Amino acid sequence: MVRLAWAYLASRPLLTLLHVAMLAIGVGTMILLMLFTAQTEERLARDASPVDLVVGAKGSPLQLILSSVLHVDVPTGNIPYAEARKIGAGPMVAAAVPVSLGDSFRGFRIVGTTAQFLTLYSARVEKGRVFDHPMEALLGSEAARRTGLGTGAKFAGSHGLAEAGPAHAAHPYEVVGVLAPTGTVVDRLVLTPLESVWEVHEEHKPGEKEGAHRDDADQEITSLLVKYRTPLAAAILPRQINSNTAMQAASPAYESAKLMNLIGVGVDALRILAVVLMVTAAVSVFVALMSALQERRYDLALLRTLGARPGTLFALLAAEGVTLVVAGVILGLVLGHAAAEALGHWIARSNPWSITGFAWVGAEAGVVLVVLLAGVATSLLPAVQAYRRDPAILLKR
Amino acid sequence: MLEIRNLRHDYAGRTVLSVPSWSVPKGEASLVIGPSGSGKSTLIAIIAGLLLPSAGEVRVGESEITRLTGVQRDAYRARNIGLAPQTLHLIGVLSVRDNLRLARSLAALPADDAAIDAGLTSLGIAALASHKARDLSVGEAQRVAIARAVVNRPALILADEPTSALDDANCEKALALLRGQARACGATLVIATHDKRIRDHFPRCLEL
Repeated sequence: MVRLAWAYLASRPLLTLLHVAMLAIGVGTMILLMLFTAQTEERLARDASPVDLVVGAKGSPLQLILSSVLHVDVPTGNIPYAEARKIGAGPMVAAAVPVSLGDSFRGFRIVGTTAQFLTLYSARVEKGRVFDHPMEALLGSEAARRTGLGTGAKFAGSHGLAEAGPAHAAHPYEVVGVLAPTGTVVDRLVLTPLESVWEVHEEHKPGEKEGAHRDDADQEITSLLVKYRTPLAAAILPRQINSNTAMQAASPAYESAKLMNLIGVGVDALRILAVVLMVTAAVSVFVALMSALQERRYDLALLRTLGARPGTLFALLAAEGVTLVVAGVILGLVLGHAAAEALGHWIARSNPWSITGFAWVGAEAGVVLVVLLAGVATSLLPAVQAYRRDPAILLKR
Repeated sequence: MLEIRNLRHDYAGRTVLSVPSWSVPKGEASLVIGPSGSGKSTLIAIIAGLLLPSAGEVRVGESEITRLTGVQRDAYRARNIGLAPQTLHLIGVLSVRDNLRLARSLAALPADDAAIDAGLTSLGIAALASHKARDLSVGEAQRVAIARAVVNRPALILADEPTSALDDANCEKALALLRGQARACGATLVIATHDKRIRDHFPRCLEL
């Protein structure tokens, strides 16, 4: 009977392909959206979780988080290092890591910071050592792999965060170590002491000698990454900073959630489109089965004269519907994951994060189950009608 | 083999078939003859267990089919009845061999391709075994329909109007094929027809 169901489907290859393709596109779109949102959320959470608070220049708090934690936007401005240090020395702060941005190397951001940055992100050196002196650089695993640089290599950073900025050829960096992969944004960063960034960008006032450095207290940084010592700090510290200083404090967790809500509007629209596609596909399968029922009324009657039970005819129609749905779901899963992988490659070309198609999210099983149940439900009415067919119609023609 | 008593079938408030008594011994061939609308196809449907009569008894071998449940009638039909409907209907998307395999499968019998091929050979259509049924000519389809009716070696072969649409020469051929195949598998043959040309071939006859 399964062979017969296959033979019926194979006898209308274009129509069968159309039904499967419609369903596959709907399922594939849904799977792609699930993979995208789940992995983006997870990545945002992973990158944001080590940091409780970011202190930076006034402006958009989301931009501050995007630039200083997720490393995808330009900074809101600079803040005095001395002011930042005062906040870092507060009793509610367990760790305070300064971050200074401004340059990049082949699209990978050069981050001026301290060795505490590694502790904050639980990063460890895989090759070489941690930087000790200005103009020494520690590469994230992805940055090292993509640039092909290893310990001892020298390179010049480009001004600005885009790839095409002018090079600081007079201030070459030397790679002193490469970090082990962390699965966070650190993998795509080039870390260097704060002093390196200051040295590269130092503008000497008239009368000042070339090479003479200003005191740290006079310097500026982009932001300060703060880890709370106590949960109470979350209620007090941001308000204190926002009210009493010229700086702003932003919570990565809150801003990430806000960002996901913003992305979510677009994702929801696409999700509705995917549902519409799947419903359309289910209706088309239903119409196909109903028309098949009419076309094959004599085939079905013949099967009854050959001894087929009504339940067998029910199973035949249901098998056809379920086969279409199963094929659509399998193809949709393949399409969704392949599209996620392709999208991941495209995103990775210009962003420090990406997605992969070689991952599963639990909700996929839910989609598969719902679509399969809908497919079975779609097949039920035609199957019941097949079950009720008058078996003697062949003799009445 | 086939025994009918006090059979009556009503449809839309009127009696469309009435057979007080009729029997066909095992291995014999018999004709049910009558004009269109006389109830021939209804009688075939009742004997095949496709339709329950309003009253009466129909015994095929040991089975009183009016007393069987629906599932039992389906099983009885698959194993004991070879039906050749007037329309020669075959499953067009399947090959000739698969049409015969399907009949065996529905009777819960093994595929037995050797027996299927032997049956096709005896009807002169072995070369068509792998052809799709929808590609056959009417004459070829008729032979395949006969092959299907006997593939399970049924106890009773029922043929509905097998010669009505055929010219004299083909009418004789079709009749010879049916009788030959029935004889070969030891089956009782009942032909329902309004075709008076074949009346003389059957000493045993039920007129409706």
